[in-house]
Amino acid sequence: MRDPARREHTPDAAREARLVSIRREAEKKGRLVEQGVRPKGAPFPKASPETGYYGIPLLKEPQWTWEIPVYFFVGGAAGAAALIGALAKVTGKDEGLARDARLVAAGGGILSTGLLISDLGRPERFLNMLRVFKIQSPMSVGAWVLALFGSSAGAAAFAQVVDDRLKIGPVRVLGNVAEGFSAAMGLPLATYTGVLIGATAIPAWNHNVKTLPIHFGMSGLGAGVSVLELMGHDDSPALNVLGIGASAVESYEGVQLEFKRDSVNRPLKHGLTGWTTRLGSVLAGPVPLALRIIASASGSRRLRRAAAWSSIAGSILTRVGWIYAGHESARDWRIPLQIKETPSTPELTSRRDIPQMRAG
Amino acid sequence: MSTSTDFETGHSGHTTAFLTDSTLCIGCKACEVACKEWNGVSADGFDWSGFSYDNTGHVGHSTWRHVKFVEGDPQPGFGGNSGETISWEFSSDVCKHCEVAGCLEACPTGAITRMEFGAVYVQPDICNGCSYCVVACPFGVVQKNVEDGRAFKCTFCSDRQRVGLEPACAKACPTQSIKFGEINELRNEAQDRLQELRARGIEDATVYDPQDTSVGGIHSIFLVRGDPRTYNLPPKPEVPTIYLKDGWRSAGIAAGMMVVAGLAAFLSTPSKNGKRLEGAAR
Ligand code: SF4
Ligand code: SF4
Repeated sequence: MRDPARREHTPDAAREARLVSIRREAEKKGRLVEQGVRPKGAPFPKASPETGYYGIPLLKEPQWTWEIPVYFFVGGAAGAAALIGALAKVTGKDEGLARDARLVAAGGGILSTGLLISDLGRPERFLNMLRVFKIQSPMSVGAWVLALFGSSAGAAAFAQVVDDRLKIGPVRVLGNVAEGFSAAMGLPLATYTGVLIGATAIPAWNHNVKTLPIHFGMSGLGAGVSVLELMGHDDSPALNVLGIGASAVESYEGVQLEFKRDSVNRPLKHGLTGWTTRLGSVLAGPVPLALRIIASASGSRRLRRAAAWSSIAGSILTRVGWIYAGHESARDWRIPLQIKETPSTPELTSRRDIPQMRAG
Repeated sequence: MSTSTDFETGHSGHTTAFLTDSTLCIGCKACEVACKEWNGVSADGFDWSGFSYDNTGHVGHSTWRHVKFVEGDPQPGFGGNSGETISWEFSSDVCKHCEVAGCLEACPTGAITRMEFGAVYVQPDICNGCSYCVVACPFGVVQKNVEDGRAFKCTFCSDRQRVGLEPACAKACPTQSIKFGEINELRNEAQDRLQELRARGIEDATVYDPQDTSVGGIHSIFLVRGDPRTYNLPPKPEVPTIYLKDGWRSAGIAAGMMVVAGLAAFLSTPSKNGKRLEGAAR
């Protein structure tokens, strides 16, 4: 095809009149002010106080792999399980539960470490975390907490197995000490992840730093309860009470978020990440809450199990939703640039087309 | 790095800085090339971004100096024969080497450290690629190279500074748009330049040097024209450690809730020890 600019035109009256008016203006003013021809693709992206630098994100997106949200879930459930086991034992209410809780905590500790190593790429890289202890770095605090939790929970589970077969008194005592320590470490393990993402430059995360640790802690508690129930403790009344408590707080957190209207929270409420977060909240909050209340009245184990599955799914989705909402939030240049949205503010576009955004 | 203990004492005395003057920048990208050559930084790949002459987009793990091509609104009536012209500025971006650096605070391995002249430096032999610094930087500078597995950013040419040389970018810049020197001298120089530009009728010249935020000042000062947001320079960068207090308080509340709820749950319900065998048999 021929270049459209060089196409032959058929003269007509309108175009002739236009040429005359151009000549008149040139004669009158000595110069001509016109917009000219806009090439294809115009208007071009621009840099301005309303669009920032072409709308290229100011912040970098998180670069964690899928292992990290899963680790948040596993660590939360394992930490809560250690606490539940220790309390079952201290109160003398449920030896069997305490026994299984030790196994869940130890298994969760191993799995968590595995997930972190898999995110880092090589096992020795995890050891670099234990080179220093930095109180101002939640990542450092968390690595130490996980290391201490994993080893004490592992020791407690090992002591359990040895004691069951050989009945050695000192081993039992050491096992109990390790169990107590793992419960104490389980508390920060289940909650620090909220601080970890809250204390960052990502607006959707740091905006919610006051509630995230509670949200994640309760999510972990619900998941820990649920895992133990699915291991056969679905007749434990204490677990049901705990499950009701956790899902009640999760329902409250979900409702709270729904009422927040600021644009910072948009990735938590809209789009794929918003709906993932919301689905997580529903599955970890109102659904198990209702099922558990009915179950405690009717004594139905099937409902308890359904509630447990719902809590676990909700807990995973909550972490996945929050992490990916952080990606979404990092792409919104308007928040860190303090650009007020007006009707003329351009739509947020994904800038995956920029070379480095793709290469990561 | 570990051969010298000087670096662990923090920066004292002579603090160095960059002053990047966008009114002098001609967009030649000599700084980008010099940086890549001196530091052996890998290629960015070659893709057209469609954003003026900027095909890298932003600073990142393989772009430590990044020249921004800031194309503004067309201004009708100012283009001679073309009828309109666009405003077109260039500005070479770089790590801000923050006084209180989010990346440094967040790094769990101690890989990110402060050099004696104030630079924020990632020690590549210690970084384990956790990428926590990436979400802790309020300027979106440091980035993990996924293929390599570690985080990278401008080193402030620490190796050159140690032997008394200026950074490669400053040396290669043909227009002295990138100035390097002692920070207070550069701050004065920035003010002088600002006055000079204003006197010449360039009213919209601004110095970007956020000192009254939690970042506490930066060691890469910029002189730009117009609103710094046009250059993706945030008006109020905050170091994320300011959120720690609220976060840990909330974690403490959560832990308290878990313990209280747990105790209440077990103490308020009947013992299950008798029924244990039944449970184990399932
Ligand atoms: S700009 Fe970012 S990468 Fe550079 S010192 Fe500051 S926090 Fe660290
Ligand atoms: S990626 Fe490397 S430099 Fe960044 S926080 Fe982790 S260990 Fe430190």
